[in-house]
Amino acid sequence: MSSRAHNVSAQLPIPVDALISPGTDVRESRLGLVSVSSRLRGNCHGVAKVALSEICLSYRAQSGERLLALDHINFEVKTGEFVCVVGPSGCGKSTLLHLIAGLHPQTSGQILVHGKPIQGTGTDRIMIFQEHALFPWLTVGQNVEFGMKMKGIGKPEREEKIHYYLHLVHLAKFKDSYIHQLSGGMRQRVAIARALATEPDVLLMDEPFAALDAQTRDLLHDELERIWSETGRTIIFVTHNVREAVRLGDRVVLLTFRPGRIKSEFPVGLPRPRHLEDPHVARAAREVLDELRDEINRSLEVEYNEGAKPRVEAGLKAGMRA
Amino acid sequence: MKRAARFFIFYAALFGLWTLLAGLKVWPPYLFPTPWGVGEALYAGFKDHSYFIAIRVSMQRVLIGYGISVVLGMILGLGVASNKFLEETMGGLLVSLQSLPSICWWPLALLWFGLNQNAILFVVVMGSLLSVTLAMEDGRKQMPKIFGQAGRNLGASGFKLFWYVLLPASLPFIVSGLKQGWAFAWRSLITAEMLYLSLGLGQVLMMGRDLNDMSAVIAVMVLIIAIGYLVDGIVFRGMERHLQNRWGLTSAT
Repeated sequence: MSSRAHNVSAQLPIPVDALISPGTDVRESRLGLVSVSSRLRGNCHGVAKVALSEICLSYRAQSGERLLALDHINFEVKTGEFVCVVGPSGCGKSTLLHLIAGLHPQTSGQILVHGKPIQGTGTDRIMIFQEHALFPWLTVGQNVEFGMKMKGIGKPEREEKIHYYLHLVHLAKFKDSYIHQLSGGMRQRVAIARALATEPDVLLMDEPFAALDAQTRDLLHDELERIWSETGRTIIFVTHNVREAVRLGDRVVLLTFRPGRIKSEFPVGLPRPRHLEDPHVARAAREVLDELRDEINRSLEVEYNEGAKPRVEAGLKAGMRA
Repeated sequence: MKRAARFFIFYAALFGLWTLLAGLKVWPPYLFPTPWGVGEALYAGFKDHSYFIAIRVSMQRVLIGYGISVVLGMILGLGVASNKFLEETMGGLLVSLQSLPSICWWPLALLWFGLNQNAILFVVVMGSLLSVTLAMEDGRKQMPKIFGQAGRNLGASGFKLFWYVLLPASLPFIVSGLKQGWAFAWRSLITAEMLYLSLGLGQVLMMGRDLNDMSAVIAVMVLIIAIGYLVDGIVFRGMERHLQNRWGLTSAT
């Protein structure tokens, strides 16, 4: 189903800058190819789902000096929007998600969800971690159930939702399996089901597919796009992979390296469903990557000079590609 | 099959050597009993129900004492692991206290609780509390942080977070400490029971000495070893295997 749509768009002789130039709503001008998100956009009432204003985060390094990790971050995410945050490893993009999730307090600034400042964690914002965040002592079904159980939802309703969300990610047969019995891709689908089951307003995804092989990742992209269009959730998706960001996002936000600042934003007007190998996606990704190149180089330079790398992402930066 | 054969040969040789030494009568039989003498003592002890009573009393005590240790130790360990002040102050104290044999608490226990069961329980708790505490502290630190984050993110906090996330997440890391705590509790109990008329296995052991009946002494020693081994083998090995299966920690068999 996806191949036909992207074949059509691939044959269109549209210059790249027309596809991603800021402010142009390309979808409307594209031969009636309307992306899934525009339907959802219609429902939004002008109130930003998530609004970050003047977010700063600093921490004391081991040497004793204060380091600025995030520097005056301002951005808004609309209801039902799929926003990807991209930046070199160590730019603080994961940290930004932790702040929105309320797992860590920011040094200054305000995070509003639906107009109200957040107070710590909340089940309106559920995070999907890179890997290993499912509970190995619970079955797949119990993992999906966990958030609802904490919320105090009754057993019959929980059962119903476990069933529904496991079906949504095509894992109904694995309800009673344990996590270690699943492949990496299946685990991330369980994580998605677990997150959705608490019915959050916002899904926060922290490089959820980074540890997966390419084929699995492609499949999960398709699946995530489908789930997003079926459930209408707002998604903030962090990745170091520019092509992934362009393939998935309505908008791509670029972060700079140390301190993390917003460098620029690219609306991605490509029609959905998209495909990673779509030449338009590739070209749009190249544009973004050009913009990001300085930051990546700076991050690599710092890492090589520092020698030791404090983050696990070290091995992944080599995979940064257009 | 081979393993069973080796097992059999080893124990047959051991019994043979024992029988031989006893048969040579180098030492009088009341100092060096024969294997069948010990067997008879065991049979007699179970027949007149005195061993059943002793085992029941001792098991009851060790379960209460060990239970208290596990609950207290988990709270203490969690506190030490999650509070920098406690870690810096109490952490060192806990480690240094571990070098103290638990029976050193006996005089204090006598004065505080009197000559009764509570004194014994106190010694049992002091014997196993430290290993459980240190195991819990260590387990809490080794436990991947992401479980706590995911739990909080999904709406767990306070006691729910501890009970549904932190505790199960740290179990694989504390099970060996719990096992060690059990061994310490069992040893402390027998030691304390030997020191006064307590009805437990320790007292039955001392009774053998008082009656100059080495067969009975060795019979009770065999019982103490057997119970310790059984609990370790059934409860803790079972728990470890269960956790390994759940977490998928088993290497390919």
